[in-house]
Amino acid sequence: MSIKPKPHIALFIPCYVDQFYPNVAISTLAVLEKLGCQVSYPMNQTCCGQPMANAGFERDTVGTTKHFIETFAVYDYVVAPSGSCVVHVKEHSPKVEGLEKEQAELHDKIFEFTEFITDIIKIERIDGSFPHRIGYHSSCHGQRGLRLSSSSELNEKPFSKAKKLLENLEGLEWVELTRTDECCGFGGTFAVSEEALSVQMGKDRLDDHHAHQVEILTGGDMSCIMHLQGIAQRQNQNLKFKHLAEILNEAMS
Amino acid sequence: MSHPQEAAEFLKDPAKSKWHDDTLWFIRDKRDKMSHSVPEWEELRELASSIKDNVLGNLADYLEEFERNATKNGIKVHWAANAQEHNEIVLSILKEKECKAIVKSKSILTEECHLNPFLEKNEIEVVDTDLGERIVQFLGQPPSHIVLPAIHLKKGEISELFHEKLQTEKGNEDPYYLTQAARHHLREKFLAAKVAITGVNFGVAETGEFVVCTNEGNADMGVHLADTHIACMGIEKIIPKRKHLGIFLRLLARSATGQNITNYNSHFRSPEAGKEIHIILVDNGRTAQLGREDFRNSLKCIRCGACMNTCPIYRRSGGFSYKSTVPGPIGSILSPGLDLQKHSSLPFASTLCGSCTDVCPVKINIHEQLYRWRQEITKAQGTSVKELSMMLGNGIFKSPLAYNYSGKMMRLALKNLPKSMIYNPLNVWGKQRDLPTVPKESFKEWYQKNRS
Amino acid sequence: MSSRDSILGKIRSLNLAQKALPEIPDFKGAENLVDRFRTAILGNKGEILTPDELISKLESGVYPTVYSSVTEFSNLANQALPTDSHTFAKLDLAILKGQFGVAENGAIWLEDSDLGLRAIPFITEHLVIVLDSKSLVSTMHQAYNRIGSQYSGFGLFIAGPSKTADIEQSLVIGAHGAKSLMVVLV
Repeated sequence: MSIKPKPHIALFIPCYVDQFYPNVAISTLAVLEKLGCQVSYPMNQTCCGQPMANAGFERDTVGTTKHFIETFAVYDYVVAPSGSCVVHVKEHSPKVEGLEKEQAELHDKIFEFTEFITDIIKIERIDGSFPHRIGYHSSCHGQRGLRLSSSSELNEKPFSKAKKLLENLEGLEWVELTRTDECCGFGGTFAVSEEALSVQMGKDRLDDHHAHQVEILTGGDMSCIMHLQGIAQRQNQNLKFKHLAEILNEAMS
Repeated sequence: MSHPQEAAEFLKDPAKSKWHDDTLWFIRDKRDKMSHSVPEWEELRELASSIKDNVLGNLADYLEEFERNATKNGIKVHWAANAQEHNEIVLSILKEKECKAIVKSKSILTEECHLNPFLEKNEIEVVDTDLGERIVQFLGQPPSHIVLPAIHLKKGEISELFHEKLQTEKGNEDPYYLTQAARHHLREKFLAAKVAITGVNFGVAETGEFVVCTNEGNADMGVHLADTHIACMGIEKIIPKRKHLGIFLRLLARSATGQNITNYNSHFRSPEAGKEIHIILVDNGRTAQLGREDFRNSLKCIRCGACMNTCPIYRRSGGFSYKSTVPGPIGSILSPGLDLQKHSSLPFASTLCGSCTDVCPVKINIHEQLYRWRQEITKAQGTSVKELSMMLGNGIFKSPLAYNYSGKMMRLALKNLPKSMIYNPLNVWGKQRDLPTVPKESFKEWYQKNRS
Repeated sequence: MSSRDSILGKIRSLNLAQKALPEIPDFKGAENLVDRFRTAILGNKGEILTPDELISKLESGVYPTVYSSVTEFSNLANQALPTDSHTFAKLDLAILKGQFGVAENGAIWLEDSDLGLRAIPFITEHLVIVLDSKSLVSTMHQAYNRIGSQYSGFGLFIAGPSKTADIEQSLVIGAHGAKSLMVVLV
């Protein structure tokens, strides 16, 4: 690790991950610790405000945002296993009067889990074993918001921070999908306000993974996975779902 | 019906909606291949965007320069503050020419102004000459896509329509056969028309010329055979210099259909001997949009349609689901500026995935503007975040999105209530999706036990 | 107030920040211009012919009515330039000279002086454009540099035969304009 003295990293766990996917949060914590980081979970953290803001109520999230800034102010870094929440904090949280400096600092020190590993602690490869066929769901906010991987729309050199972390795992087969980065249709409140479309988009994504004989569908945002898994379970599909942090944690142990 | 209801209707025919999705994806894919073959593609987008920034900052000067030069070249320039005035200007020219029938090539602006019904009410026959537009005109429909007007129709439907309207053989669905029938039918119209109307892709301030791009050649067939050419142009279509066409023509067709360039790219500078060219510069809400800082750069749009082809919502809900002249992502940021109430569901017809922004040849931050419109709409409607929480959490177990309002209570409810209550008909999330399996403890609880 | 003045007034009252125009870099484009141009024309569903191939086509009699503004082929033409383009409603073939071609996309530039009548390349059933292979430029940027500030009442890039895909995205050649484009590279 190149950073010194040992920085103090705060874990930000999105509320639905806290409630429904504790293992994702545990895995995130464990991987960071295995990589030598000093990590704490501030207990009084709450939601980042994204669901409200994306539904058109950004102005009602000033309090949430203020609390968020104050909660994480003392840490050197904030790391979250969700690209979507990180983009929200950086780009859509309303300005909080009196905390301009802290808010600006927060925007520079908050990172999504994979980019923190590849770009900040600069881990070149992770060794371990995970002999499974993996389909990666590239969540839009992480991909096009944080540029965690190249966009198929852009004329740029292909890259994927997630692939970089997974590709050296022994036995792991990385599957190339037909539509590499199409949205799954979750989209926050879109999932209920446009239910028919949301589900169709999810089914289409799942079809792409099935067509390539994917065994485990993974990704960096549990919200997308929750939606896809919900559809797959209802249809009794035998696809498995894991957050990328869970795969890394299992592989590294 | 609102967008969600329209979309649900569209999806009721799975074979057709899948075809629609696949077909538009195929065009997006062609566009990718084409744009990836141009090494300076991203630089071109940036240049196009900067040129348009310059245009928006100097629009009045460029419009005056354009007017001056066009007038000098013998083009008659008109100005229309709104759709009504635009239509009246067209009608007055037609009256002066004693013209009762016109041919018209594709122009989204004339759709926006509802020119066809206006002229028809005034007993003028309007013939749309783009094949796709002629098809939807026969059906009494608006175009469902700005570049591919009849993309919502299958060839069987078109075959039936042409059998009725053009007396083609019943059941003959061959696209070549059907296109030839339209060619013969429209040739008569072209040869008879005294006035032809076109849209405008670009107006060049420096020279006073304007450019019209088509693949079929219908715009040129119309105007060169007619005595009078009326070109309808939104004021935002101005570009400063002729050399800037090099940038925009490299981007337009590649983005639109995945072609190198459109077949015919016609530069009109002065009328042919003995003929007339009129150009109508139309505002119709554009100056208002220019005044909205967050939404101003939506006026950079060059109407390529790439954001429609890439949009996972558009591909699966069809153009009509938007109920706006320009559908899809770009329409969803333009239309609320024209009628906020009517188009209030459009900015929500998106997952904010951002594909539209990345595909846009002039780098309009479309998904960001969708987000901004959402804020404006809830403000204008006077709704509050409480109503949102009611929508999601009404009966807290209905959606996992309600987590942040109820948290633990929701987990308890999910765990203890019988499935029949969780998946009731009012539970929108659960109609076609399972809810997550409830863990025995939250992460917070685990952390407290294990780490603090 | 006229609509003109009210539109311009509304825009000016916004007092928007002025942003400078960007410089357009010198994008190089392809090196082998003839190959690239050929590929582009074929991709646009046009054909490339040698002068001899054109002559044998003309001599075969497949085109009953032929107009040529290109002197090299005018002995094989049988139509004179009319005053009204409607006269050419049944024209089978027009032979025109292009000023230059663009390698990146196959677009060929013609102006009023090359066309005779503006309707000709559209109303004719088939179109031949004769082009000097030394006239090729690489990109559209170079194309506009080459056009420069020269004045023509009308000018256009033609890149292929008239086509449409409006019926189920099936490509059909020959919508309203010329059903084929043959480029004779000399």
